[in-house]
Amino acid sequence: MTGTVAGARTAARARTPRAVPVRTRLLRWSPLLPATVLLLLFLAGPIAYCVYLAFTDTQLTGQESASFVGLANFRHAFGDPGFRNAVVLTLVFTVVSSILGQNTLGLALAGLMRRASRPVRVLTGAVVITAWVLPEIVAGFLLYTFFERRGTLNAVLSWLHLPTQNWLFTLPILAVSFANVWRGTAFSMLIYSAALSDIPPEVTESAEVDGAGGLRRLWHITLPMIRRSIGTNLMLNTLQTLSVFGLIWAMTRGGPGNRSQTLPVFMYDQAFLKSLIGYGTAVALLLLLVGAVFAAGWLRLMREEV
Amino acid sequence: MRPTAPLILLVAAAVAAGTLTGCGSGSGSDKDTVKVAFIKDTNAKVTVRDDYIRLVARQFEKNNPGKKVRLIPIQASENDYYAKIQQMMRSPRTAPDLVYEDTFLVNSDIKAGLLRPLDAQVKSWADWRQFEPAAKAAARGQDGKTYGVPDGTDTRGLWFNKKIFRRAGLPANWRPRTWDEVLAAARTIKKKVPGVIPLNVFTGKGAGEAAVMQGFEMLLYGTGRDPLYDPAAKKWVTGSKGFRDSLTFIDTVYKEGLGPEVSDALSPNIQTNVAAELLPEEKLAIDLDGSWLGQQWQKTGGGNPWPQWSTTLGQAPFPTRHGGPPGTVSLAGGWTWSVPQRAQQPDLAWKLIQTFQSKANALEWCVRGAQISVRKDVATDPRYLKSVPGIGFFTSLVKVSRFRPALPEYPKVAAAIGEAMEAVTADDSSPAEAAKDYDEGLGSIVDGRTVARP
Repeated sequence: MTGTVAGARTAARARTPRAVPVRTRLLRWSPLLPATVLLLLFLAGPIAYCVYLAFTDTQLTGQESASFVGLANFRHAFGDPGFRNAVVLTLVFTVVSSILGQNTLGLALAGLMRRASRPVRVLTGAVVITAWVLPEIVAGFLLYTFFERRGTLNAVLSWLHLPTQNWLFTLPILAVSFANVWRGTAFSMLIYSAALSDIPPEVTESAEVDGAGGLRRLWHITLPMIRRSIGTNLMLNTLQTLSVFGLIWAMTRGGPGNRSQTLPVFMYDQAFLKSLIGYGTAVALLLLLVGAVFAAGWLRLMREEV
Repeated sequence: MRPTAPLILLVAAAVAAGTLTGCGSGSGSDKDTVKVAFIKDTNAKVTVRDDYIRLVARQFEKNNPGKKVRLIPIQASENDYYAKIQQMMRSPRTAPDLVYEDTFLVNSDIKAGLLRPLDAQVKSWADWRQFEPAAKAAARGQDGKTYGVPDGTDTRGLWFNKKIFRRAGLPANWRPRTWDEVLAAARTIKKKVPGVIPLNVFTGKGAGEAAVMQGFEMLLYGTGRDPLYDPAAKKWVTGSKGFRDSLTFIDTVYKEGLGPEVSDALSPNIQTNVAAELLPEEKLAIDLDGSWLGQQWQKTGGGNPWPQWSTTLGQAPFPTRHGGPPGTVSLAGGWTWSVPQRAQQPDLAWKLIQTFQSKANALEWCVRGAQISVRKDVATDPRYLKSVPGIGFFTSLVKVSRFRPALPEYPKVAAAIGEAMEAVTADDSSPAEAAKDYDEGLGSIVDGRTVARP
């Protein structure tokens, strides 16, 4: 008897999804409605408008009415040396500051901090995270005063009797890349600290017993085990680095010439300083595409099984 | 591709989009409030314009009980200011009722339909007869209508430090007759007075229109007739020797170390640097700059007062290339008060313009802002003539002053000139290469309406 009742209940529960009337199902969705509407309005809306603008020749000023120009903006972009320069610099900036800099340094710091004594750990953590919580524009000005001709770096160098130079002028893209490493490493460090503490100590210990040295342990045990965290970290890092604007704007404004003009700065220059909103949004879409390609790459890295 | 691949790409794009976009918000308006947008100096200590506008606003509120003036000061470099007001004027929700427009940009904004014609209003306004005809034309669109009331004009020339000149053995009544004489004086200063920057010529993209107008065009307009735009042919000039020579002058200044450090010269803060530090601290000998420079050293300037400036600094007109007629060059610019097309209170805005340009207030602005008057009655007022030392000198330059081509595409041409200057100054290109790049870019900016003038 009890068995039958239980069986019937299970069967009823199994049928539930199909049996629920449309009205109830809509009601169940209703708590999600405000969020969905907000997302559509404030995220999808501007993006849709941006996509529309990218196919027009809209200008901020100096034009009576905008017209639809098809793919002209995109064709112009690919023929524009300024755009190609910006793409190259964006890739340099992303590879140097995000993939090589933030990611590797974050992992190294996380690894070292596991072995460090508590005071060292607390102090290092505090310093690194301070750089991260600073607003972008504040970090930009701090690093501007660090790299500037009369700045801290040159003061230190001349105190050490080393040759000084105007870093923002001679090596602008490396200076802003360094700035981004300085600012963003904390994030990678936090992710990797969490990931490293998830590795069961038995695995490391047995590898040690088998005679694996530090480097081999890193390559064969640690890295494969935190592979998913690496993927997540790389994805978030790259996307954030691709969109860095304030830092570069505060430090160099994309200059001198266009030697640190990454895609976001190029986009701003075209859209707001040259008033070519249509072209600027087309560049924004291409930037979105670059970001999506990177993201897809990292997602693939996360999916593969060992 | 696995079936989930498109979904993953979509999610990836969405994540990217979420981090790569942002949004802003607007503000409403009510019937009794008139909103005024204007540029605020990037040096927060300089409040000449803010103070004056606040003064007029209070007067307006007193004369029109129940009405309020809301000030929207926009603290930004000039380029950023232009972009901001253009964005504001595009929507009725954010458009101010009155906007301070640079004559540099006004034609471009007129063509974009961002401004309202004021012909009906000025016709019935007695004071309009007092305005100089050239000034009335400052905000006249291609359609012949008037879109703004100018509040002053400005001219340009050489400012030089007489004390440094004495140490270098140069005369206190210096009057260079050619570009070479300007460079020769700078070289003498470099040799005899070390530690001083001999000559500042604004350059590059950072200084924006200041570089193009005070720097490049002061040179270019001394190389011949209509060197930038040919009004007879209605075409923009390419391939001219004058253009290359002007870039070569810039190149010489920065390559020989006669100017400020290149990185300082290309910084967007160079204008503030020159006016607030280099000149008052007597670290700069010669400055090619505008007539308004004295305004922030006045007591009302809000900056650090520098009462000695009127005796320390001398002024000289800038010469043409080889001293050819008319011998000196100046360019005139200025700003106008305009009413945006999407303004909510255009009638109140017009009333406010009238308050700004009452004779007393116009005089007040010319005195405080070291402006060259555009009103005949103000220009002959003894208080104006005694207001700022050197005002007589700069007013006399109005005779030789040239105006920038009043065309909608001018701002874009100016941006291209700024890039050519930056490339030469940063040593990315030779003057000839930069001129060639400019010529190539110009074609697409003005839809091929160019004419070669080698």
